[in-house]
This record gives sequence, C-alpha cells and structure tokens, in this order.
Amino acid sequence: MNDSSTPQAPLDAQGENAEGAHSANDAGSKTATPSPGSLEAVASTVPTGNSVSAYVTNYVQRLRGGEMGSLPAVTGLVLLVIVFSILQPTFKGLFNFGNMLTEGAGPIFIAMGLVFVLLLGEIDLSAGFAAGVCATVMVRLMVGYHAPWPVSIGAAILTGVIIGFLIGFLRAKVRIPSFVVTLAFFLAFQGVALYIANNGKGQKGDITITDPVVNGFEGNQMPVWAGWLLAILIVAGYAAVKLLAQNGRRTRGLNTEPLGVLAFKIGAVAVGTFLAVYALNKNRSINQAAGFKTVDGKLVKVAAAELLGVPWVVPIIIAFFVVWTFVLSRTRYGRHVYAVGGNEEAARRAGIPVDRIRISVFVLCSAMAAIGGIMIGSNVQSVSVANYGGNTLLLAVGAAVIGGTSLFGGKGRMIDAVVGGAVVEVIYNGMSNLVKGTNSAAVQYIVTGVVLMLAAAVDALSRRRAGSSGL
Amino acid sequence: MPDQPLLQMRGINKSFGPVHVLQNVDFEARAGEVTSLVGDNGAGKSTLVKCISGTYTIDSGEYAFDGQGTNIHTPRDASALGIEIVYQDLALCDNLDIVQNMFLGRERVSRVVLDENSMEHAAEETLASLSVRTVKSVRQRVSSLSGGQRQTVAIAKAVLWNSKLVVLDEPTAALGVAQTAQVLALVRRLADRGLAVVLISHNMLDVLQVSDRIAALYLGKMAAIVDRSQVNQTQLVELITTGKTAGVPAMTTGVGE
Ligand SMILES: Nc1ncnc2c1ncn2[C@@H]1O[C@H](COP(=O)(O)OP(=O)(O)OP(=O)(O)O)[C@@H](O)[C@H]1O
Ligand SMILES: [Mg+2]
Repeated sequence: MNDSSTPQAPLDAQGENAEGAHSANDAGSKTATPSPGSLEAVASTVPTGNSVSAYVTNYVQRLRGGEMGSLPAVTGLVLLVIVFSILQPTFKGLFNFGNMLTEGAGPIFIAMGLVFVLLLGEIDLSAGFAAGVCATVMVRLMVGYHAPWPVSIGAAILTGVIIGFLIGFLRAKVRIPSFVVTLAFFLAFQGVALYIANNGKGQKGDITITDPVVNGFEGNQMPVWAGWLLAILIVAGYAAVKLLAQNGRRTRGLNTEPLGVLAFKIGAVAVGTFLAVYALNKNRSINQAAGFKTVDGKLVKVAAAELLGVPWVVPIIIAFFVVWTFVLSRTRYGRHVYAVGGNEEAARRAGIPVDRIRISVFVLCSAMAAIGGIMIGSNVQSVSVANYGGNTLLLAVGAAVIGGTSLFGGKGRMIDAVVGGAVVEVIYNGMSNLVKGTNSAAVQYIVTGVVLMLAAAVDALSRRRAGSSGL
Repeated sequence: MPDQPLLQMRGINKSFGPVHVLQNVDFEARAGEVTSLVGDNGAGKSTLVKCISGTYTIDSGEYAFDGQGTNIHTPRDASALGIEIVYQDLALCDNLDIVQNMFLGRERVSRVVLDENSMEHAAEETLASLSVRTVKSVRQRVSSLSGGQRQTVAIAKAVLWNSKLVVLDEPTAALGVAQTAQVLALVRRLADRGLAVVLISHNMLDVLQVSDRIAALYLGKMAAIVDRSQVNQTQLVELITTGKTAGVPAMTTGVGE
C-alpha cells in the first residue's frame, strides 16, 4: 500500500480501520487523472479517486495487486479477538485489555526499531538481547550506584546507540552480512547481559526495579481526565494533519482526497480512540467488590481494588509512533531510507550516503530496543535476562512483518509495528491462557513461530503477486 | 554562440594498464543538438562517457565545458557543471513513485519537512513541458511503469535539474517499436529545448532518425564526426565496422568542420 508513501499523516491509522492506514493525501495529477481501477491508480503511492466510489474501487484494486498494507493484520486482529473471546473467558474483559497493552508494549518498541532495519532489507537478530543488555545497564546503575532514573535510562539508550553503531559499522564498512553480525551478537549480548546482571554492586541475578518512575511506565495509569485529554489530542491532531494536507494540495491545484473518505477516516479514528479511552477509564480491577479471602487459613477482609486509567506506556508508544512516522514519511532522511532499501545503487548515484544511512538504522534499532528492554522490565518490575531471550525477538520481528513490513526491504511503515504488535500480543496472551499446564509454553512457541512463518509467506507471495501484475 | 560547442574534448587518452582504450579522441556536443556516439562493441563509447561524467579521470587531453577548460575528477564535478548521465540500468527505486524518484537525493524541504506538493507540481510541469502523455499519474510507483515510461522518467529527471548536457547510454535497447518512438521523440524535444544531448546507440535507424551529428568511434579512435546529412546508412555502417568510408573525410586532429 502506501509504505513508501509521501504525505502521510503521523497519526494516521490508530489501527481501528484499514482505511485509516492510508496516507494522508489523495493524488492523481493535474495532467491526467487515472480512471478508477486502472493500473496507474492501482500503483499510486497516494490513494486516488475523485469520488468516494472511485476511491473505494482503487483501494480494492490495490488490495488485489498485492498492496495490502495493514489490512491482513487488522483483519487477523479482529478475527483473533473474536475467536479468543469465544474460546476463553479470561481473554475478554477490561482487565486483560489493559494487561495486553502493557505486556505488548515492549515488543512494539523493539519492532519500531526493527522497521528501520527491515526497510533496508537487513535484519537485527540481536535486538532482543540488546534490549536485555540495555535494561541490565539501567537497573545495575539504579540498584548498585543509586543513579537517578534519567541517568540510568540515558545510559541504557546510550548503550543501545553504541551497540547499534557497532552492528552498523560491521555491516556497512566491514561488509559482514547483518544476519551473521547480529547472530553473533545475539549470543554475545546474552553473555554481556548475564555478566552485568551477576556482577557489580547491588542485587545479582534477577534484579528488582525499585524506581517508581520506571515501574510506573507500565504499572501506573493516567488520571481519567488526562486520558480524555489524550483522546482529544489524538483526534484533533489527526484531523489537523489530514485537513492541512488536504488544504495544501488544494491550493497547489493538486487532486485531493474525497471529503467523504476524509470524514470517514477522521470519524473512525475518533470513535476508536474514544471507545478505547472510555474502556480504559472504567475500573478494570478483578477485585471490584470488597470481600473476604483466605490467607494462611484465615479469612481476611479485602478492600475493593481500583484499577482505572490509560497506562502511561500508551502515550509513550503514541509519541514514538508519531515521531518515527514523521521521520519516515516526511523527512529527507526517511525518504533516503526507503530509497536505499528499494535500490541501493540508485540511491548511491543520487548522492545518498548509503553507508551512513545503513549505520543509522542499526543505531535507531538498538536504541529502540533499549526502550523496549526498559518497558519489558517495567512490566514485571524487575530485570531478568531470561525475559529477553526466548521469543522476545521473534515477537518483535513477527510484529513488524505481520503488520506489513517486508523482509525484502523498501516496504514498511511505523504503523506496522503497532498493528502487528497488537496481533502478536493477542496471540501470545490468548494462547497462554487457552492451553494450560505443562504444554502451555510449548504451544505458545509453536503458534508464534507458525504465525511468523505465515506472515513471511504473505510477504513473499504479495511480492510475487506485485511482480507478476507489473506493480 | 552556436559555433562554440558546449562540451569540447580534445586529444583524450585513457588507458587501463597496458590497454590504451581511448587514443587521442576528439569529441564535442553542441547545445540544441543530438550528437550520436556510435561504434562497435568495445570501441570505447562507454569509456568515453565515463570520462565525460567523471567516473574515470582522463590520462591526458583537454576537457572544456561552456568554453572553460575544466578538470573533472568525480561524478559530482560533472553534475555541478550540469551534466546528467542516464545509464542503461536507469537506477530508479521501484518502491518509490515518479516524483520521489525524480527528486531523489535533491528533495525539496521547507524546514525539515519534505515539500511534497511543490515537488509533485514541479514533476508534473516538467513532464507536461516534455509533452509526456504516457505517464498518467506522477504518484505512480515506478515498479508499475513500462520500460519506456521508466526511460522517460529517467530522462525527465535530467530536465528537471536544468542539466545542460544529457548523455543517454542505449536508451532504446530494451524497448519495443512504439516505446522506442516515444523515447526518441523525447530525446529530440530535449535538444529542441536547447540541451546538448549525447546518444549512444547500436541501432542505426534510431541514430539516423534523431541525430544532428554523428560521432563514430573505431577501436578507440574517433573515426569521424559528421553531420547527419553527410551520411547514409551504408556509409555509417562502414564507418563503424572499418573506421572509414568513401565520401567522409577521415579525422586527423581537431574536430573537422
Ligand atoms: N576498467 C577497464 N579495465 C580494462 N579494460 C577496460 C575497462 N573498461 C573498458 N575496457 C576495455 O576498453 C574497451 C572499450 O570498452 P567500452 O566499454 O568503452 O566499449 P563500448 O564501446 O562501450 O562497447 P559496447 O558497445 O559493447 O558497450 C574494451 O576493449 C574493454 O575491454
Ligand atoms: Mg558500452
């Protein structure tokens, strides 16, 4: 779809609707307007169509041509939510909704960084343990050396930057394939993380995070009013970006998106956002009524617990999403990332510093991994190296690919990390409660692996389809 | 100043180790004219183009652009002068659209934000000014374009950047009849706009159809630079295969006038 696309609204598509995943503007051109359904319309990087019906026709054509964007992920998400809600009583309900948001946040941050790397057709297999290294650096500084949280987090991100630079340098300058570089680091970083966890001052091994701010990222909720304010900001920001873009094109005499489509997108984002905030602002505590519970054989009175509000990690995700979407779709740097991913030689001839771009994406990836690592720690209020192995990386790569980012480079958007991350989290969470007992972990691994393979197959097939239809 | 060629190269020599590929080659390209560069495989056409574009530095010889003697060491030097090379493999990004490709590496920004609308507008105007009608929307991804359309985009890019000299290395090699005609028409329009165009081609019909002047390389030497009107197809083929032909004065030194 509009992966490489141009004027893309940063807040485009909160995942509520596939339509919203389109870029901001309509196109066509002044010289000639493609007729609906024509090949030109199909291949356009900006949705075309002078009327709502033409727009829809073009959209359907693009889907047929293999440019599916977020649609498979969004459809999958809806289906999975329905299936798990039917199969599994603990899946539905507000408590698990909030729980999934915080549980899924870590991989989403890592996936955001991976989108940059995947856009160049590269891979970072070390991102999971890089997150682990950065998180242990943070927690070691906090528990061992009483560093305040901004210093510790800063050090974690700096560690990520250094790691990314190292990977990027080995790939771009020494020219080792990224697969090999990051596979080596996958092993090495596990060791580094363990070393930091088991040495130095303070608690060893699994280290408890004592800092309330770091724990608060995932553990604390926004006040109810702040949640509503966030919703208003999201919708107003989205509408403003859309309308400004529309206006800019009109004054230039360029074709614009049909007003009906524009209204639909803004409306959909508004409904989705307000529904989500409404749900999160309700008390989702499992212990809603005061009552009694047996502790050590005695009945104890338990007060009603209150758990409501949007988790703080949500605005953090949105902030990163907006910034990275802006960088990818509206800046020269972002354009060059797509160009290098699309045709390295063409980019080089156009004077783009290919090596520098390549190093930079690994730096961004590892820095985002650092943030993901911190969030994974925040979710369980402790840093344990084991939490960064297993399928952390698989979930993050899966998120990006399921969201629609291609493993072949040149195609992908930041929204992919978020939508794909939601799919991955729903599968992970749904499966973990569906199969209970000893086989639970086994089934989770198998299902996650199969889903990643399915996503990669969809990616490869849609690429072939695009190739055969001349797209 | 129609008398002064935009690009004038005299006595160019270029060797790769013991291989003396270009021997005392003279070459010129004039504004408003299509100069075809012909020659058999291995005659040195691509090498000469790479000397023009700064990909290779010449061993000896004079390189004058716009009447000014210059030294070209890198492709950047050449593009700074207004020389644009359209290579046969085109080097377009399939995943980007026409506008994005035309502005690649030279994107317009206001502050840090890409100025998409102004770029789209400029791309449309450039294509319209070249009477390109085969491309329906400038927001089409390049992957959806035909070979001829891609060639068109690559050429239009050169125009967009106000190049003075455009060198096209076999632009019609992979094209069908209709698309070849379109690209040749575009080549002609470039010259009519006042650009100097250098066209490398193995297709004699194309060369005879579109050129104002023809330069024939033979085994690393410039066999002749002649007006289109001075040669017919038989003579041209003879020039290419033997380096000389009856009725066309052989080149000695300097570009014969
Ligand atoms: N880098 C190089 N090193 C050594 N020899 C070279 C090099 N580049 C070209 N040559 C030689 O120079 C000669 C001219 O090559 P060039 O590519 O310029 O020919 P051409 O006229 O473009 O041929 P074609 O029509 O096949 O493209 C050939 O004999 C080739 O082998
Ligand atoms: Mg050649």
